[in-house]
Parts: sequence; C-alpha cells; structure tokens
Amino acid sequence: MSHSQGHARPAAPTGNAATRPARQEEAHGARPHTVYVFGTCLIDLFDPEAGLSAIEILEREGLRVVFPDAQSCCGQPAYTSGYPAEALAVAERQVQLFSADWPIVVPSGSCAGMMKHHWPRLFGPDHPLAAQVAAVAARVYEFTEFLVRVLDVRLQDRGPPTRVVLHTSCSARREMGVHLTSAALLGQLTQVEVLHQERETECCGFGGTFALRHPELSAAMAKDKAEALASTGAAQLVSADCGCLANLNGTLARAGSALQGQHIATFLKSRLEPPT
Amino acid sequence: MNQASLHYLPGAGFRARSKQVLDDPALRQSFRGAMDFLMQKRAAQFPDPAVLAALRRQGEAIRQYSLARLPDLLEQLEAKLQQNGVTVHWAETPAEAQDIIAGIITRAQADMVIKGKSMVSEEIELNHALEARGIAALESDMGEYIVQLAGERPSHIIMPAIHKTKAEIARLFAEKLPGVDYTESVDALIQIGRRVLREKFRDARIGLSGVNFAVAETGTLCLVENEGNGRMCTTVPEVHIAVTGIEKVVEKLEHVPPLLTLLTRSATGQAVTTYFNWISGPRRPGELDGPKEMHLVLVDNGRPQAYARPDFRATLQCIRCGACMNHCPVYTRIGGLAYGTTYPGPIGKIISPHLLGLGGTGELVTASSLCGACGEVCPVQIPIPQLLIDLRARSQAGGPDPYSPPLAGEGEGRKPLVALSFKLWRILYRSPLLYRLFAFLATRLRRLTPARQGAWTASRTPLVPARRSLHERVRQRAAQAAANN
Repeated sequence: MSHSQGHARPAAPTGNAATRPARQEEAHGARPHTVYVFGTCLIDLFDPEAGLSAIEILEREGLRVVFPDAQSCCGQPAYTSGYPAEALAVAERQVQLFSADWPIVVPSGSCAGMMKHHWPRLFGPDHPLAAQVAAVAARVYEFTEFLVRVLDVRLQDRGPPTRVVLHTSCSARREMGVHLTSAALLGQLTQVEVLHQERETECCGFGGTFALRHPELSAAMAKDKAEALASTGAAQLVSADCGCLANLNGTLARAGSALQGQHIATFLKSRLEPPT
Repeated sequence: MNQASLHYLPGAGFRARSKQVLDDPALRQSFRGAMDFLMQKRAAQFPDPAVLAALRRQGEAIRQYSLARLPDLLEQLEAKLQQNGVTVHWAETPAEAQDIIAGIITRAQADMVIKGKSMVSEEIELNHALEARGIAALESDMGEYIVQLAGERPSHIIMPAIHKTKAEIARLFAEKLPGVDYTESVDALIQIGRRVLREKFRDARIGLSGVNFAVAETGTLCLVENEGNGRMCTTVPEVHIAVTGIEKVVEKLEHVPPLLTLLTRSATGQAVTTYFNWISGPRRPGELDGPKEMHLVLVDNGRPQAYARPDFRATLQCIRCGACMNHCPVYTRIGGLAYGTTYPGPIGKIISPHLLGLGGTGELVTASSLCGACGEVCPVQIPIPQLLIDLRARSQAGGPDPYSPPLAGEGEGRKPLVALSFKLWRILYRSPLLYRLFAFLATRLRRLTPARQGAWTASRTPLVPARRSLHERVRQRAAQAAANN
C-alpha cells in the first residue's frame, strides 16, 4: 500500500486528475488506470446513488471503472450469523469476477473487511480458489482509503458552507484501520466544517442480523448514537458504511430528527459539482 | 452443570433480562458512568500506542507460549508445589472441586471459610455447595461482601458490586448488620465492612483465595489485590486453599511482570495494585506467620474443550482484567447480571460455551454487534469478535466443523426459519439471473414494501428499495455512453 505522508505537495489543489499526472506518478509509482468497483448488496438495493457517486468520483480521477454485472454480495450476512457454508457459496461466485490485476474499490468498510480479512479464512488454504482469494484480498480497498492512500486525491470544494458530522463504522475503524481517511477527505473541503460528537468510537448498534436478533439492545445503541450525532447541530450526517446509515437514518427519522445521513461518496460528489 | 445453580440463568431469558435493565434509566446511567471512568483510567495508563501495542504483543506471546506447553507446565507446577509443601488437587468438574474443598475444610474440623476474591469459586458455585454441607463461606473482598450480603451475584469480574448504588449499600448495611445506622459516607461504609471482617479473620481457620498467575518453575502462586484481604486470607488462617483454572500457569517468574502490568493497567487503570502476593508454600519452621497447611485446587470445568480446539484455544489466553466488559457497548448498557453466567461481557460470551455448553449460551454469542471494541483493548490480543463468529457457526451448525471433537451443544442454537432464510439467500445471491429478477421486482414493487418489518421497524422507519438498483443504473449508464459515442 502506498502512502502520501512526507511527500511534498503542490500548493494549489486542482481537483482534476488529468491536469496533474506527473505528481501522482512521482508519489506512487504506477497509478492504476483501471479499478473494479464492488457495489455491495445494501447499496445495490437501497442506496445505488452511493455506488454511482463512487464510480463517478473514480472516473473524475481519470480511472476506468469496471463493475462486473454478475456481482451480488460478499457473504457477510450469512458469515456473521453463523452460516459460513452459505457465505462461502455466495463468496465463491464473486471471486472469479475480479480476476484482473486491478484494485477492487468497495464503498463500505465492513464489506471491504469481509473480503480482505475474512475471505481467506472462510475459503481456507485447501479451497481450489485459495490462491485467487489471497490475490483478490490483497487488492481490496475501502473507498475512502483508496482515494486518500492510493490516489492521493485533491478535492476542490464547490458547495456552499455547511456543517457535517462523520460516523465511522466499527469495521472501517477496527478491521480496516481506515477511520482517518474519511475524515481526511472531509478535511479537504474548504466550505465544510466537521463537528465533534460524543463517544465517536462507539458502535451505532447495527451489527447486521444483531439488529434483528437483539432488537432492544440494537435500538438502545442506535438511539444513543443518533442523539450524540443530532446534538452536534450538524446539517448533514456522513458515513462510508451503508449498514450504519440504514440503521441511523431509520432511527433518526423515527425519532423525528431533522438530521439524515448520506454516504460519503454521494456527499463528496455533491461538493465537487458546481452549485446549480 | 450443577442443577441447583445460583449463577447460571438460561440464555433463553437473556433478552428479557437485558430489556429490564434497558428500561431502567438510573441503572443504565450508573453503569455508563462507571464504565466511562474505568475506560478513562485505562487510557491514561497507556498514553503511547506503540508501547501499548508492544506490550500487548508480549502479553499474547507469553500466554500463547504458556498454553502451548500447558500439560508440561501443569506437571512442573505440581511437582514444584509439592516440593514446597503444597498439596495439589485436580478437579474436572465443579462438583469434584466442591468435594475436594469441602473435604479439606471438614478434615480441619472447621465450619467457616473466609474468602478472598475468586471468580473460579463463583464458577464452581462454591459458597452454595459449602452452605449445603453446613460450612459458612464469608466473602472478604468489599465488593463480594456487599453482593453476598444482598444475596446476589457479582455483576463484573473485577468490581462485583458495580451495579449497586451508594444508597443501596447504605440501606443493605443498616438492614443486615446489627448495630449499624444508615450512612451514605463511603469511608464510614468501608470502615463498617472492615470492622466486621477483621473479627472474622481472627476466628477463621480456613482461608480461600483465587490465583492470578501460577509460576511453574518455582511453584509460586501470584495474587493481585487492593484491599489486603487477600493477604489476610492467605496468611492468617491455619489452612490456605487456593483455587484456579488450569490455564493460569506460566513457565517462568520473568513471565509475570509483563502480564501483571497489563492486568492492573487494563483492569483498574493502576500502574500496580496496592498488594501483590507471591505465595510459594505454607509456613516454614522458624517463620512467624503463614498457614500451616496449603492446598491448590486446579479446575478444568470445560477448559480442556477450548484447549483441544485450535480455533478456540485463544479463549484461554484471558488474564481476567475485565477491560472487554468496560469497553463493550452491550455490557455498558445491561451490566453483568443479565448475562446469567459467572463471567459476563465479551469474555463471558466466549468462555461460557465451554463451561456450560452451547445449548444454553447460544443466545449470548449472538448478542454482539461485532464492533470489535473488546478485541481492540484485550491486553493479550484474544480475537474475541472472530471467536464469536466461530461460536455462532458452531451454535447454528451453519457449516462443517473444521475441527473435532465437536463442542458440547453444537447445533442446539439452530433456528429452522433462520436456516431456511439463509438457504434461500444463498440460492438468490449465487445466481446472477435470479438476483436480477429479484432486484427488478424489489425496485419496481417498492411501493408494496411493508411498513412493518419485524424487529427492524420497532425503533426505525422501514427500509424501502430504491427506484432502480445500482446494477441497473450502471447498465443504463453504459448503454447511454455507447449511444453517445
């Protein structure tokens, strides 16, 4: 994985990848020209805008984006519910769709974590696809991680002034270690103020089937998180994980809060476009 | 499992028990405050993440090394302790441990034992078993003493009475202790407890303690404590009985300091506790104090099951600091009693299935959002979330068991409806064609999405599919781009 730390940066951000190829190549060697996007099952059905925004942002950076049409789900719902055989059956169908040596960008910390860290274990060393799985896992990036650590993007904020609060998923934070990259991207937006929330590192209570298996516990956690987020006075909640967003948006709306969350890809894309 | 168990409450009641606490704002507030305090104290002890990471790696390595050599180390420990004049007993089950301990007490013709804090004694239901044999067991750790007076169970492995408020303790003391008036002064309450217990120490002929680390090369039992009651229990009475799980052994003395510093900092945020006892045998000729007779009872109680399985052995790395509880968003909201097991919180969820079987604990292993806070703070790097995922698989029998022998109660948590829904999910998400049809219908019929979606909508607005799936929008976009070219 390439990092941009310590590298001299040009003073003026440009926002358009095409105008600054030299700097990128200097910083990271071979910049990928093509990436895969794994859209995730939740985004596919409930928030396609997030997936499309991620694709468009990657394209703005000058990359060719490949979205294999046969993809469906990383298998996480079954895996964390105690059904590894079912998870494996679904994951097997995904692996072969990403065989070219291109990075796989996933707009969700928990799905990225599943593919990067749990797939090798789920398949095991004796599975016929084991070598392919290891290669795929090594190419998986969470969306904000890819923008910051691989592309080293410079975002030009064209939106009006606003105040947002960021929720980072537990998988992004503890499994992928990419909780700082969402914050780094928001930090590039000159007109966006990022507000501090109480107990930032605490779970929102989603946890996949946990929300259905232990609804009272999940609701208590979601309520506390929603209150902490709403009491910041932010106009907008931003997160890089659709599971957390579904949980928090549902909880906030049910509580009658004006605050709603948006996937960070959708939010970033809205900031990069000239105001209409 | 002891049928007349005081501690174990069936997992099936977990949801109802936790709901009771969730509906009690005062209790929740008090847990939250206590856990916040403990988290801050721990964080202050580990200011440098690099130092913490190195210490945790070291702690994990020592525990893994010790477990890898466990059978040899236990034999070495036994031989050394015997050389030191300590009698070693082996107990496979709680009942065996109870019999051994009751036997020692009866042979000494005593009818009372004074206890330092020991979670293994809770695990084997010792007090209950002794009382049934006419032997009184008195807790001398202040938290345990309070819990015992109240007829309750510890709700935290380090702070047993963390669920009780000052006022509740004041009422309890005034009610249960002769000649004690109601006072909410913490100092006064502690002095009252101290006075009562000091008298008991004078009379007790048997002292019982737990063990934090047992050192094989020297036959030394280490005991970590803050109140001095542990030292009293192990030095004043004529007979000292130590009781511990078989996993607590380390090979060398030099293995203790790294584990000790991880333990005290992670548990209570202390650089070191007020007392740290190295106990290497009974009173020797010419010595002025110490017990005349000393015993160690080594308890299995399901640990060999975790030990035998490469996927679950890490469970036994635990040094019982309780940091996973303090940082757990579930424990913080419901406290320890709702779990219904001796060990609550994340460590309770991963160890109880080995102690009690998966049948009654399957509900507990699902009671986690897998947020990973426990694994992040564990001083010996037990991958608690991974173990929970694997325990769920064994509880549901949702895939072939990679190892043998099977866990006790494997498959007993399987819910036919859940199993069926994952079978259908598998068919749908494996077939691009079926999935395409499903996504088409879900998006086109989105207005028919039910407003009530079971547990989800109990506290949330319903989830409604988008107008078009991402798959479809990507296809539309590609078609458009092709048309434009």
